[in-house]
Amino acid sequence: MAPVLEVENLSTHIKLRRSVVQAVGNVSFKIEAGETLGLVGESGCGKSMTGLSIMRLLPAGGSIVSGSVRLGGRDLVPLSEPEMRDVRGNQVAMIFQDSLTSLNPTMTIGEQIAEPVRLHRRASKAAARARAVEVLGLVGFPRPRERLNDYPHQFSGGQRQRVMIAVALSCEPQLLIADEPTTALDVTIQAQILQLLDELKERLGMAVLLVTHDMGVVAGRADRVNVMYAGRIAESSPADDLFKHMHHPYTQGLLGSIPLLTQDRTERLFSIPGIPPDLTDLPEGCRFAPRCRFVQADCVANEPSLSGDGGPHLFACWHPVDGPIDRHLVAVTPATPTSAPNSGFAAAVEPVAPSGDRLLVVDNVVREYPVTAGAVLQRKVGTVKAVSGVSFAVGRGETFGLVGESGCGKTTLGKVIVGLERPDAGHATLRGTDVAHLRGGELRRFRRDLQMMFQDPIASLDPRMRVGAILREPMTIQRSETRRRQTEIVAELLNEVGLPANAVERFPHEFSGGQRQRIGLARALTLSPQVVVADEPVSALDVSIRSQVLNLMKRLQETHGLTYVVISHDLAVVKYLADRIGVMYLGKLVEIGSGEDIYRRPAHHYTAGLIATIPEPDPAVERAKESAGIQGELPSPVSPPSGCRFRTRCPAAQDLCAEEEPVLRPFGPGHEAACHFPLLSPLAVSSSAAAGPSSN
Amino acid sequence: MTATIGPAPVPGPGLTPRVPSVDDSPEGGQVHGPRAGWRLAFTAFIENKLAVAGLGIVLVFLVFCFVGPFFYHGDTTSVTFNSLAPPGSGAPLGTDSNGLDELGLIMVGGRSSLEIGVFSSVIATVIGTLVGAIAGLVGGILDAILMRLVDVLLSIPLLLVILIVSAHYGASVFKLSLMIGIFSWLGSARLVRGEVLSLRVRDFVLAARTMGATRRRLIYKHLIPNSLGVVIVNATFQVADAIVLLAFLGFLGFGLNYPAVDWGDMLSGGLTYLQDGDWWLVYPVGACLVLVVMAFNFIGDAWRDTVDVRLRRR
Repeated sequence: MAPVLEVENLSTHIKLRRSVVQAVGNVSFKIEAGETLGLVGESGCGKSMTGLSIMRLLPAGGSIVSGSVRLGGRDLVPLSEPEMRDVRGNQVAMIFQDSLTSLNPTMTIGEQIAEPVRLHRRASKAAARARAVEVLGLVGFPRPRERLNDYPHQFSGGQRQRVMIAVALSCEPQLLIADEPTTALDVTIQAQILQLLDELKERLGMAVLLVTHDMGVVAGRADRVNVMYAGRIAESSPADDLFKHMHHPYTQGLLGSIPLLTQDRTERLFSIPGIPPDLTDLPEGCRFAPRCRFVQADCVANEPSLSGDGGPHLFACWHPVDGPIDRHLVAVTPATPTSAPNSGFAAAVEPVAPSGDRLLVVDNVVREYPVTAGAVLQRKVGTVKAVSGVSFAVGRGETFGLVGESGCGKTTLGKVIVGLERPDAGHATLRGTDVAHLRGGELRRFRRDLQMMFQDPIASLDPRMRVGAILREPMTIQRSETRRRQTEIVAELLNEVGLPANAVERFPHEFSGGQRQRIGLARALTLSPQVVVADEPVSALDVSIRSQVLNLMKRLQETHGLTYVVISHDLAVVKYLADRIGVMYLGKLVEIGSGEDIYRRPAHHYTAGLIATIPEPDPAVERAKESAGIQGELPSPVSPPSGCRFRTRCPAAQDLCAEEEPVLRPFGPGHEAACHFPLLSPLAVSSSAAAGPSSN
Repeated sequence: MTATIGPAPVPGPGLTPRVPSVDDSPEGGQVHGPRAGWRLAFTAFIENKLAVAGLGIVLVFLVFCFVGPFFYHGDTTSVTFNSLAPPGSGAPLGTDSNGLDELGLIMVGGRSSLEIGVFSSVIATVIGTLVGAIAGLVGGILDAILMRLVDVLLSIPLLLVILIVSAHYGASVFKLSLMIGIFSWLGSARLVRGEVLSLRVRDFVLAARTMGATRRRLIYKHLIPNSLGVVIVNATFQVADAIVLLAFLGFLGFGLNYPAVDWGDMLSGGLTYLQDGDWWLVYPVGACLVLVVMAFNFIGDAWRDTVDVRLRRR
């Protein structure tokens, strides 16, 4: 059977004012009907541009310079714009990452789903509407007819993505291009959407091009995976083979740098040094050569082509490797002799001697935001219950991780800890002092010990300030140190986070994402704080950069004796960094325990479901997963469910769960969970012991 | 704090070790990026032909009005009998009904127009930026009070107030600048407030707050510098608006008093004689007015475009 899509030597360039971005170069692949091709790579590797090139929806200045895109044997590249319009949404459909901006907010979803049907099929209004009901049912809406006249804002993020899929499917396309379809969604919703895409592919026999940065997403869903790097396909192989026997050092490094849930915390993560090349000024020879560990003279001289040993496994490398990196060997290898006195990772990672010293105590913190209505006389119509009575304690030198889906209150809690938000009830205390009670100079001095690291490295650095001024600012505000000493400290910090000394003269926009996050970390350390609250420290970074920053965070913790509170939606990241983990759901702490407790012996159904839904970069593990994990969506925090807040999505919920709110009960040393019908049997039934903050 | 050097990439055992590259760069990689934002913006600005034209026109007028009188000594103060003389001998652009030299008047009038335009724009921008930044950052009741004040002032017919005040206190360059400035900060205040509202929830402002920064510091170090782009654009447009407003006042007879002169005054004086074919009293000065206002608008437009794309990589 002829493949649905055949891309051959596709090259796409984007003209800028002074330079040309070689976004896609010599990319070839094909997809059969009923097949899913995964296109993975880091940001700027050309994966999205490949998708947009197929649709011929390139940004201004972009054009296909060579190659062909054959859909069912017909080349799309030379088609005129009206001909192409007939193909888009009809034979090829595309779904994008952000469903809120991809749907028109002023049209009902019924009209939006019916629109392509009316355009391409010349269907009557009634017929198009009937088709809309049909596809809406297909994507999993229980009563599609009732929701046809709703507007996009009336749906949740996951539901909107379903609507997007319905729009895409309305004309039964042969090819569906899914560009990061689940990146903006929570893991539990991501699993549901991926499963839906899979089912629909089976039922409709479509070809699917799944574009993503997440190796875990392609592992279980793609039949074949293309790894892209700097506009080129670096490796192309059936999924199983790629994950077990990769040949390209880039693939090996990329997979090796992802922290796994089974990761040994004492091991350093592998990381690919440096940053991807500038696509306007590409190096000669292999594009990965400047970052490759096995680079030889011929790599720099000639560019390898995508070839293999006759089988379906293709790779572009002169000196291929075989199989995944040995994570243990990475750990044992000592760092360079010039590095910090390497007291060994063991010393830093071993649960810090519980000195009984509870440095940071969060005691029954409540934070609610009023919801008001009316423009002039604002009536309070309800409250968003962001954090509802959370308690925990963190010891000196310890790392505490907070995980949960978006909207569970973890960021609000982080802001309460550093004193950016005032709790409505309860206390967050450092060394027994409540930040919320301090004023003026006292508060200013106290803030030295509580610093924050932000998610978005570009938003957290003032674009108008040079890096030198950014790093000096904390000291200027605190009026500490002389001007000369400040300059010295800045130089030391830059060196410590691995940035060149000339960085002080630069502005934030001149750095790459990972470098900016290093600056953010350096700034947080300027005042030698005791506690650093890191809010999603690596979420905005690419996989290969992520492990660099994670390693750096660990090293700095060791050299500075820091206490971290790490907030993230990514359980693997939190598990790698944290000694103890708190799992939050809708403003409540549902489970708390060591990383191993949480991962191997979860007591709460939410924790277990969360672990089950996290996509792992291993096809065998991914395919073995039967269900999509947690069903349904997060309830509104304005009126959370009575009793146990998770009961609406819990597989074990009974009447008791709605009537009585469960308290934290011990399941082991330092392991507590709030569930009436836990997955483990609790140690001793005592409701009073669990009320207070758990000690280390 | 001890200085440490980041570990180099870890070579896997049994594998060919990485060949050290020529520049053994720090762990985080070297920094090479586009030039500083302001320089990028300047380059983009220069590439805009209308902007360069506008800048050229403004420069020419600055030289013409401020340096010109040193070289051209037309009599603009003493009334003579050589009234309504056509362009030619002695007076390149003729004379007006009082026998004053028209070219000299355009120079002097242009000087006061430009001065009032710039002064009033500076006054309006300073007041507007401060009020807007404070309202946006502090929020709450203060914000409500300041913004209602803006609403109230905006609903007062500005021209009427200026007419009354200038009739009462007389008009000079300083007084008129102050008056126009005091009534035109409202737009900048709203603009800056909107900008600050979106800036104050940005992470870098939160970061400064975790360091213990005072409100004063937030306003002067972070909020104002970051809203400066839009403020400057607005200030440029305000210069143009002020020059037009001054022309209005002059035309209605509430402009500068003798011996000072402004373009609006000259226009209204000249209109009476246009019927008699005395075109030199109206067209040259009218053209100057249009050119200057247009030039400032060009500059403002181009500046707005560059500010918008300033951080875009290219």
